[in-house]
Amino acid sequence: MRKTECLAMILAGGQGSRLGALTKKIAKPAVPFGGKYRIIDFPLSNCANSGIDKVGVLTQYRPLELHNYLASGSAWDLDQKDGGIFILPPYAREKGADWYQGTADAIYQNLNFIDLADPEYVLILSGDHIYTMDYSWMLEAHKMNKAEATIGVIEVPWEEAPRFGIMNTDKTGRIEEFEEKPAKPKSNLASMGIYVFNKNFLKKYLEEDAKDETSSHDFGKNIIPKMLQDKARLYSYAFEGYWKDVGTIESLWQANMDLLQDEPPFDLKGEKRIYSSTQSMPPHYIGPDAKVKNSMISEGSMVLGEVENSVIFPGVRIGKGVKVTNSVIMPSTIIRDGAVVDYAILAQNCEVAAGAKVVGELGAITVVAEGETVVAEDSGKQAG
Amino acid sequence: MKDVMGIINLQEDNKLIRELTEKRVVESLPFAGRYRLIDFTLSSMVNSGILNVGVMLPDKPRSVLDHLRSGKDWDLARRHDGLFYLPSPSEEDSIRKGDLKNFYHNLDFFEHSSQKYVLLTSGSFVYNVDFSQLLRFHQNTSADITMVYYTASSEQAGNNVVLETAENGLVTDLAEKPAIYDGSKVAMSVYLIEKRIFVELVRFTYEHGGQDLLMDGIIRRANEYNIYACEHDGYVAHVDSTSAYYKSNMDILQPEVWEELFMGENSIYTKGKDEVPVQYKETAKIKNSLVANGCVIRGEVENSILFRGVTVGKGVKIKNSIIMQKCDIQDDSLVENVICDKNVVISKEKWLKGANNYPLIITKNVVI
Repeated sequence: MRKTECLAMILAGGQGSRLGALTKKIAKPAVPFGGKYRIIDFPLSNCANSGIDKVGVLTQYRPLELHNYLASGSAWDLDQKDGGIFILPPYAREKGADWYQGTADAIYQNLNFIDLADPEYVLILSGDHIYTMDYSWMLEAHKMNKAEATIGVIEVPWEEAPRFGIMNTDKTGRIEEFEEKPAKPKSNLASMGIYVFNKNFLKKYLEEDAKDETSSHDFGKNIIPKMLQDKARLYSYAFEGYWKDVGTIESLWQANMDLLQDEPPFDLKGEKRIYSSTQSMPPHYIGPDAKVKNSMISEGSMVLGEVENSVIFPGVRIGKGVKVTNSVIMPSTIIRDGAVVDYAILAQNCEVAAGAKVVGELGAITVVAEGETVVAEDSGKQAG
Repeated sequence: MKDVMGIINLQEDNKLIRELTEKRVVESLPFAGRYRLIDFTLSSMVNSGILNVGVMLPDKPRSVLDHLRSGKDWDLARRHDGLFYLPSPSEEDSIRKGDLKNFYHNLDFFEHSSQKYVLLTSGSFVYNVDFSQLLRFHQNTSADITMVYYTASSEQAGNNVVLETAENGLVTDLAEKPAIYDGSKVAMSVYLIEKRIFVELVRFTYEHGGQDLLMDGIIRRANEYNIYACEHDGYVAHVDSTSAYYKSNMDILQPEVWEELFMGENSIYTKGKDEVPVQYKETAKIKNSLVANGCVIRGEVENSILFRGVTVGKGVKIKNSIIMQKCDIQDDSLVENVICDKNVVISKEKWLKGANNYPLIITKNVVI
């Protein structure tokens, strides 16, 4: 392969169990977001916009939909002769097969791929967050600091700091200490799970860690602390901007709702282009008796009823007399005449029968799982 | 249908649709909020299994080339066969008018293709057709040429080719007429011909002074060939005038037409764009309209088609209009019975109104 400066590795193997019904059949990075996208579109588009043209995507949990979606990578301009997208599920060797045991183990098991790509730097990303970022600036900072590893950090409100892995840094940004979910945090710089490593430096630590049977093979729990212990040159890179973990039903719902504000904190239109793989569908049709307010609607949908404060994905059918409010309706879902949907997330391809009601409330969003049908007289499914 | 090669002829007459085609050909006209006219015939070919498609370029080819590019969006960026561009011949032969010379000068393309049949279409019809039925019909009769027609349900002026057929589909008359009536069988510019016959037709007609493929090659020589026709009973529109353009776009506001053209088994493919889903803000009011991704709506839109990236300000009222890509309709303006070409800016508090059956056309990039 042509020599690469920076290889990106996206960890996309997780289930995202806190997303409940939404990840019963698909991996978390394949979960729809923002009226048109999937969560993985964000790190992938960031790579494309950062000039990174070689990306490994590590899959494991229920990867079919994700593999199908990624295809040859052409939607992100990653369909290339000598680079592009590489899908990396766990694989068998002579001695048998091993699932990925942790974030570091997943990368360790793909060292042969990294050797083949032979980059100078390896960028580790998770497939879980909504944000736009130009990774080339982080790489520049890494080079300027002559760092061996650079960790992306973001300022979080002090009350929230105990939820995160917190980096304590000196004035130059060099990391002195790392505390996982500290009860009394000394700084409010949270790790974003975005790392740039010098390739050989990373390789050394992964190989050592693999031999340690007591390790949980996790970057945050094992690799970074070990690097710090050895007083390696670890630097922080401060990111400013919207960055949201959408790992729970409530946060996924809220992040979608954030997009509906008059001046959204994360404006898809204002940010760098987010690419996604889409089917060819016509502009959506709004009927003569429809009412649409404060919402986002995508292509191929037909809206004959009322939609307010909601995010409507492609191919959705909303019948006459329907009221959809404060909800996220994922692709190809059908909501038949007279139904009511409020404070809910409807997963792909589900159906709400005529006159049925799916009603949740703020703080307890109702979720209807992929492919399910809600019949009338039913007050909706259990929140996931 | 791997035995069939497609040819899209983009040499149409633009007279009746001048304002919209000053800087582009008819086939590149934006349509239904997202597409270009040529997408319909090209997608129909690809969905029918045709993998070798030649596009005869017009004299102003840039918009076509920019839209089709490698053919990848239609799965025609292939190692073998795929999309080919057939340029018009150089100035040497400019004395002769008509499209026949373009076919004649590109005959080697036909001769080098491996397929047995040629499917010839034009790029200004709106339809979603599976041509494999046409091939079966052609093979079951003794046809040299099989055409496709639709039955008109109302009167309309405009140059159309009108057919008379016998019960079994044999064409008994074929003529260009200035008007069509309820019941007229109107040709859709679709011809299926065995390649060997097609090459002979082009060569003979051109070398004996012909200029126009349809008129000189087929209509005038109709007696030499067995011409059959089969009927298409789905939606079809011929965009050959400004009023036809306006009317056929408005037809898409009928849910049955929208469904039939775009939401059936076979999609219409087009050049991909990464636009954001439409943002309807608090003051938006929308009825009976088609809105493409990338739009931001703060005003009222009724019976209209908005292409991608259009912004509609507060207090705006848009009615019965077609607003193309990236127009900016600013606060409190009124736009009724208007076709806005792309990138138009209508600044605050302007009133623009066309007549009910004669829309006001605003050319691209204009600022009002």
